[in-house]
Amino acid sequence: MWLKNLFKSVVIGLPVGITLVDTVGYVARVEGISMQPVLNPESTNTDYVFLSRWAVRDFSVRRGDIISLVSPKDPNQKIIKRVVALQGDVVNTLGYKNQFVKVPEGHCWVEGDHTGHTLDSNTFGPISLGLINAKAVAIVWPPDRWQNLQSHLPANRKPVAHAI
Amino acid sequence: MTILRTIGKTCGFLGYAFQYACVTHCTFEYVGDFVMCSGPSMEPTLETNNILVTEHITPRLQMLRRGDIVIARCPTNPKQNICKRVTALPGDKVKRNFPRKSQYVPVGHVWLEGDNSSNSADSRVYGPVPYGLVRSRVLCRVWPLDKVASLTE
Repeated sequence: MWLKNLFKSVVIGLPVGITLVDTVGYVARVEGISMQPVLNPESTNTDYVFLSRWAVRDFSVRRGDIISLVSPKDPNQKIIKRVVALQGDVVNTLGYKNQFVKVPEGHCWVEGDHTGHTLDSNTFGPISLGLINAKAVAIVWPPDRWQNLQSHLPANRKPVAHAI
Repeated sequence: MTILRTIGKTCGFLGYAFQYACVTHCTFEYVGDFVMCSGPSMEPTLETNNILVTEHITPRLQMLRRGDIVIARCPTNPKQNICKRVTALPGDKVKRNFPRKSQYVPVGHVWLEGDNSSNSADSRVYGPVPYGLVRSRVLCRVWPLDKVASLTE
């Protein structure tokens, strides 16, 4: 009898859990140094962030937001970067094949905060908004790092020309 | 007492509705769903208002092959879905229209083209499409009834 109940809970509970993760958000571990100093300031500890799926349900992001997206090079991998420019903006790139790039329609330009130690749009170019997975809203672990993540763009990384 | 019973029944009903909504979400997101297509880009294989059955498992496992018809998010507008045929996989050489040049499909991308090559905005215009944008693979057409057909090769 208890086996049957357990089975029933799993059959119902699993889809409910997956749906909540898909629509509301989930907690993920940040790996790597590409977002230093905001995330993983020391390489010895790893931060856990809450990724909000709800915030990107209509693919709306703003400049400065930290987002997680499916890597364009490897669909199994998710990467976490900061949005630098939106469609129509002109960015001054750091080592991309063209010095100035106008971000095409439906795309955005993402960069890691740790310039020079990050694999971002300066390598693979502008990314399609459809690859955006979630928006990082807060660091939830470890407790002493508990904080909201600010939408912030360094002055020297502001787009050269803004679209309206 | 009747009010309490009514509230209890309503909650129970809402709970069931929620559970079924979740099961439906998971099925449509991870197993398969129905897609109605519109536009001329896949003629003569598919026409406007055809209803297709698609599955999400093959794209998730990255086992797409050349010739598969897939549903993907449009690279230039994520709210729109496109239905195209995979014509080349990473490493294949392809011809692009704008700018006119040939290139290799990069790792993690696929090359999508419509069957109606004279009237289709596809990879020849916007380049290789990241695998992460591919949502599902078309299995068969179920509507209109006189044109029910398998669409896999």
